[in-house]
Amino acid sequence: MTMPAFLTVAHLTLYDARRRKILSAAAACGALFLIVFWIISFLVARDLKLNPQPFVQRQITLVMLSLLGLYAANFLSVLLASLLPVDALSGEIDSGVMQTLASKPVRRSDIVLGKWLGFGAVIVIYFLALAAGVLTATRVIAGYQQLNIGIAISLILLELMVMHTISIAGGTRLGTVTNGIMTLGLYGAAFIGGWVEQLGTLGGIRPARLAGITVSLFSPADSMWRLAAYYLQPDIVRTLGNAGPFAGGSVPSTPMVWWALGFTAAALAFAIYSFRHRQL
Amino acid sequence: MIERVIDARGLRKSFGETLAVDDLSLTVGAGEIFGFLGPNGAGKTTSIKMLLALVTPDEGEGEVLGAPIGSREARARVGFLPEHCRFHDSLTARELVRFHGRLHGMRGQALEARIDQLLTRVDMLDAADRPLRGYSKGMLQRAGLAQALINDPRLVFLDEPTSGLDPLGRLLVRDILGELRSNGVSVFLNSHLLGEVEATCDRVAFVKQGRVVHHLTLGAAPPSFEVEIRALPLDPPVLAGLERFGTVVGRPGEDRALLRVISDAVLPEVSRWLVEHGVRLYELRGRRKSLEEWFVDVMGDDQRPG
Repeated sequence: MTMPAFLTVAHLTLYDARRRKILSAAAACGALFLIVFWIISFLVARDLKLNPQPFVQRQITLVMLSLLGLYAANFLSVLLASLLPVDALSGEIDSGVMQTLASKPVRRSDIVLGKWLGFGAVIVIYFLALAAGVLTATRVIAGYQQLNIGIAISLILLELMVMHTISIAGGTRLGTVTNGIMTLGLYGAAFIGGWVEQLGTLGGIRPARLAGITVSLFSPADSMWRLAAYYLQPDIVRTLGNAGPFAGGSVPSTPMVWWALGFTAAALAFAIYSFRHRQL
Repeated sequence: MIERVIDARGLRKSFGETLAVDDLSLTVGAGEIFGFLGPNGAGKTTSIKMLLALVTPDEGEGEVLGAPIGSREARARVGFLPEHCRFHDSLTARELVRFHGRLHGMRGQALEARIDQLLTRVDMLDAADRPLRGYSKGMLQRAGLAQALINDPRLVFLDEPTSGLDPLGRLLVRDILGELRSNGVSVFLNSHLLGEVEATCDRVAFVKQGRVVHHLTLGAAPPSFEVEIRALPLDPPVLAGLERFGTVVGRPGEDRALLRVISDAVLPEVSRWLVEHGVRLYELRGRRKSLEEWFVDVMGDDQRPG
């Protein structure tokens, strides 16, 4: 039975990433992060044991510890999702590698889908490994069972796919450096937009809130994290209110999840269309 | 059996304001080694890219191996070695050829046997399991040639296949081209090394400013053998008489004429005819016009070194 061409391209993508030591570098950085997080978790757990706190205070501390770990895992994964595929197409177009690949009897869409799938698999596995390390640390060392893990991880994976697909799509038209700047710029805009939305909500400034939501429509990645963070917090923590990346002042709605899914699908469709018409 | 493996009609491509290829029309026959010659920037690589669907023509149409230009059906039976031989350099030569074989739908023992056969043929078996990033340009070209042949193609596009090779490497490529021809495989060869082209090609096309300006059949050499005659008188009746042997193509001096003939076999007849018609013959010198001279003549004086 013949393997579909996009799976061969995905295999080539993974193989090349492994050979270029990209995977081992990512694994090493992830392992370093987890070691640090496990040490922090150990220190927090020991402090809570030595200096017992009221139940609510203790729960808030553990929730914040867990959220902090997941936020760091999310941020590292966003960087990986943005930068790993940044030269997947543009770099191979510029270097001429793509000419040999595209002259084979494969569709251009197979090349895009193969790259997307190959790097997507790396990003998903990377985040799941980091998240598993964080959740294990908070569960085993600190004794805290995180809430709504399934839905939160799904939302973060959607966020990562948004960034990954933007990076792939940009690579069909932009040079490697330009694409990197554009992709991270979009994430930065979404991040700032999220803050503006929070501040607008907390301060009752409607134009700021609308501006933040509008930015999220153009770049829905960060809103998925904020929704995930909302699900990861118990009611008591949400009602106490806070600011920053865990803020629950303005929670993205369910339609925003559909928007992010549609955004990803549209970005992937654009990538295929754009690459199909790209002169190699 | 397809008689024409390439039949391109009026292909045209511009990049912004720059016209890269203008009205490219050419045919390549089955089993033919076809040379595509022209100065830098003449549109040779863009032409190959259009025939391989790497670049979309603005105008024109045609068939490759009987299928529309750029179709997957055509590309399934085509091999391609690009000019700069850039591949995934983390792969070994064996892995490179294997992946490209898989893109052709090849699998299993048949693929592995074909890989060994090709790597042996391009003399790369001993380096087959080393990453490409450590290869010389010549080794990359030989590995690239192996990937171009993995699918047992009926038509192979080679863009400067010998530019990085030493003399032994060039001989090897020349042998492979000969084998391809004897197996009925057509080769579309783009090269600046005119000696290589002359030694391997059956026919060449000269491309200038994106347009094919001249075709030349090599080997048989009907139009490429010239005779320089020094004799007196070389008046119009004598020159007209010489036309029975070929074409008078130049008058370098009052007592000189350049006659293009079918082959050097006519030289004794030319000599006899001149003497019988009372012409005093001082010198009769035949020479084959080299491809390089053809190139310079066809390209004219308006070309600058690229």
